Amino acid sequence: MAHHTEISHHAPEEEHPTTTGINNRKLLMWVFLSSDCLFFGSLIATYMVYRGQSLVGPYPVDIIDVPITTISTFVLLCSSFAMVRALAATNEDRQGAIIFWLLMTAFLGAIFIGFQVYEFNLFKTEGLRIDTNLFGTTFFTLTGFHGAHVTLGIVWLLGLAWVAKKGRVGPKTALDVELAGLYWHFVDIVWIVIFTLLYLIGGFDTGPAGDPSLVPHSITGFLGLI
Amino acid sequence: MATLTDVIDRPSGESGLWSWITTVDHKRIGVLYGVTAFIFLLLGGIEAGIIRLQLSVPDSTLVSADTFNQMFTMHGTTMIFLVIMPLSASFFNFVIPLAIGARDVAFPRLNAFSYWVFLFGGLLLNASFLTNQAPDAGWFSYANLTEKPFSANQGLDYWALGLQVLGVSSLAAAFNFIVTIVNMRAPGMSLMRMPLFVWMTLVTSILLVLAFPVITVGLIELTFDRNFGTNFFVPEGGGDPILWQHLFWVFGHPEVYILILPAMGIVSEVLPTFSRKPLFGYPVVVFSGVVIGIMGWAVWSHHMFTVGLGPVAVTVFMITTMLIAVPTGVKIFNWIGTLWGGQIDLKTAMLFALGFVALFIVGGLSGVSHAVAPSDNQQQDTYYIVAHIHYVLFGGALFGIFAGVYYWFPKLTGKLFHEGLGKLHFWLYFIGMNVTFFPMHYLGLNGMPRRIYTYASEFGWDGLNLLASLGYLVLFVGTLIFMVNILISLRKEPDAGHDPWDAPGLEWSIASPPPSYNFAKIPEVEGLDHYWIVKRRAAAEGRPVTEPEAYVDPSTIHMPDPSYWPLVTAIGVLVLAAGMLFDTGWDYIRFPIPFIGGIICFIGIIAWANEPPAKEHAGGDHHAEDGHGMAHHPATATAAVMERPAGAAGVTVRLLCSNCGNQLSSSFRFCPYCGGAVESPADPDHQEG
Ligand code: HEM
Ligand SMILES: [Cu+2]
Repeated sequence: MAHHTEISHHAPEEEHPTTTGINNRKLLMWVFLSSDCLFFGSLIATYMVYRGQSLVGPYPVDIIDVPITTISTFVLLCSSFAMVRALAATNEDRQGAIIFWLLMTAFLGAIFIGFQVYEFNLFKTEGLRIDTNLFGTTFFTLTGFHGAHVTLGIVWLLGLAWVAKKGRVGPKTALDVELAGLYWHFVDIVWIVIFTLLYLIGGFDTGPAGDPSLVPHSITGFLGLI
Repeated sequence: MATLTDVIDRPSGESGLWSWITTVDHKRIGVLYGVTAFIFLLLGGIEAGIIRLQLSVPDSTLVSADTFNQMFTMHGTTMIFLVIMPLSASFFNFVIPLAIGARDVAFPRLNAFSYWVFLFGGLLLNASFLTNQAPDAGWFSYANLTEKPFSANQGLDYWALGLQVLGVSSLAAAFNFIVTIVNMRAPGMSLMRMPLFVWMTLVTSILLVLAFPVITVGLIELTFDRNFGTNFFVPEGGGDPILWQHLFWVFGHPEVYILILPAMGIVSEVLPTFSRKPLFGYPVVVFSGVVIGIMGWAVWSHHMFTVGLGPVAVTVFMITTMLIAVPTGVKIFNWIGTLWGGQIDLKTAMLFALGFVALFIVGGLSGVSHAVAPSDNQQQDTYYIVAHIHYVLFGGALFGIFAGVYYWFPKLTGKLFHEGLGKLHFWLYFIGMNVTFFPMHYLGLNGMPRRIYTYASEFGWDGLNLLASLGYLVLFVGTLIFMVNILISLRKEPDAGHDPWDAPGLEWSIASPPPSYNFAKIPEVEGLDHYWIVKRRAAAEGRPVTEPEAYVDPSTIHMPDPSYWPLVTAIGVLVLAAGMLFDTGWDYIRFPIPFIGGIICFIGIIAWANEPPAKEHAGGDHHAEDGHGMAHHPATATAAVMERPAGAAGVTVRLLCSNCGNQLSSSFRFCPYCGGAVESPADPDHQEG
């Protein structure tokens, strides 16, 4: 009986045909992500509008450390790879591998968050807080909300790993893993956009005197750093 | 958490307060939405009354300027977010699953969650009155009036947090209805066979999904400015107050379509029914609605013509705004075309639908007149705009909604509305509405600004203001009549029968009120206006349809079980948001309460995900928790069908062919109508699979 209950609420719609053939929960996830696109889009727009508008320093060029964040970005990209492996393991019903890759994804995500905590603290000691200037205001808000998304994803993955440990994740419930994966990849892609705009392009902006809108300037700055 | 859900039984039971608190039935949730929003309508109406009383005579000292600011802010916010939107949501809930032939929405518990979050958001917003800090910066709360130095008390925090909570509710509902409409349609209901109300709900939901995150970000930035010293809209820190206007109106203009499209959908159902004609040019109406939904994104700056955007931007937005009037006008012609040559039956619902068309035309015309930027310079922030918004929102959205109330009330309650009182209500509203708002066109063009708490007599605005206030009284009486009408109709009026209007929609083919499972057999949709097709054919064959789909024993159909967790999670959302009002001033955790809210949410969500089905059918049943609407249309099996239980008497078992729906004698082994095989009804559970 208990076992039966397990199944009945664990794989809700799999058996049920839908009008389009797309699973309900999957469609829900896509709709949610499209909404989240607009959420990040608005935050990014705010950042772009206020780029180079800070009245006082520190300015991006003073504190943004592109190489370090390149590493954390790489770690986050790797976590997406781990996520792909987790889903593959789920489809192939390799129980040990499922748990391993889920935990690995969460672990790499946690490293990314660790980098972010380190960066936030560093900026704080260097004099950039959320209320210092427009750069601080928009930077911390945008990256902070992204970090919150990653953190939520980690909690989700850990929950999945816990369920997997009880042997309840497998090909029949692959959708559970797939949905977490969709979310995780989305958050990852958003970070690529943020990294490009805030670090690679905007990371070399100077104060009002400089010319922040010159992208080539930023790129040479980046090359110079390497 | 599995332990928690093991200990706490899943709620069950079909009546009593508890059953409403834990309900996940879309029909009940629709009622909850409707009743709650109606109470907010009364509240917003009282606020409007105070505004009109204050303005009825010049140099009035009835309320202070501060109170007046609170009144118009709360009036606008209430009417838009707590009345029109949830009333539309009430129709989405009640009608959509019925209209697409589903047993419920795709995610019934998420649906309950939406309702509770809406309720709590409304309460949070209005709780500001209790601490005497009601928001007072207008419904669009322009920066930088909203910044701490200019709005020192917590009014705008209540406003921002309340709207955030309401946003969660709207988003959850929109996700749900998109999935429901896309995925849960009965077989045969292709997109171009969907009733127009379903189409408009889909477009509205998509607009919600894309528009709400924008205001969410705006509100986050406002909250951060007010509580964390950020500079988003603070000019001293380099911020730009105009950014708020952009964020607000990028959301705000799609929002006005979120308010009007559902009403347009309702009217597009009511007009054909009472003209006895299919909707004129259905594909064109669908297409116009979709185009409005798309173009609605390209016009937001028409709210900012006087800001100084520069001639290029102003010209572009002027042109797009004029263009969007085209699909709107197309729809109006389609409605008129529907009436043309029809057998018009002036029931109350029809009167409200006709009122909608007439008044919406007036509002659309004033809209086009301020689409012209030079002329808008004269109109911006005057009573002319107030006239426009009330013609489109009161004459438009609210009249459409009342048309829906009178149209679907018999389906919801099984009782007819008292037509006499209904017509009285309509005429009081129609006359009252015009007496109140038409003079405002003149007042505005004579220069009376919006949001002033009083005016001097020399301006010459006295007479028209008094007239507008008298109009309010007429509306007030109209609302009372409506309430009386509901009470009388529920008690006295005769049973409506399942199809009092000879309507085309699927929802009219089942009993009134609908049984908990909606459709015993998921219908096979044959075309747009399916039920008309079925009825006309049956009549031609000499066996007119007089009965709704027969009643089956609900226990043979698996429906989602009630649940506590949507409510618990919603409470978490409330605590999370309301907790932001309590600043401890401590160094590291200035806001501890939101964490508690977060934990409640977390517990709620985990328990939600792990919830077992209710005890009664934990054993034999193997159906989905969510998303079961499409599941039950067995190909050949026959369900045991019963007469509706009559008093204390027992039930009579009859057979229906589940393939074609025709009534069978129990001796048949094959259905004589369609040839489908008939199985024994003895073991309904067996056949469900
Ligand atoms: C024919 C289509 C319409 C056109 C061309 C139009 C145009 C406009 C314009 C240009 C304004 C800005 C006026 C100003 O502030 O100076 C405006 C305001 C407004 N419109 Fe419309 N409109 C149309 C339909 C609607 C509809 C259908 C609704 C809602 C159901 C609506 C709701 C509003 C509201 C609420 C405002 C006022 C916002 C405020 O300032 O508080 N309009 N409209
Ligand atoms: Cu607009």
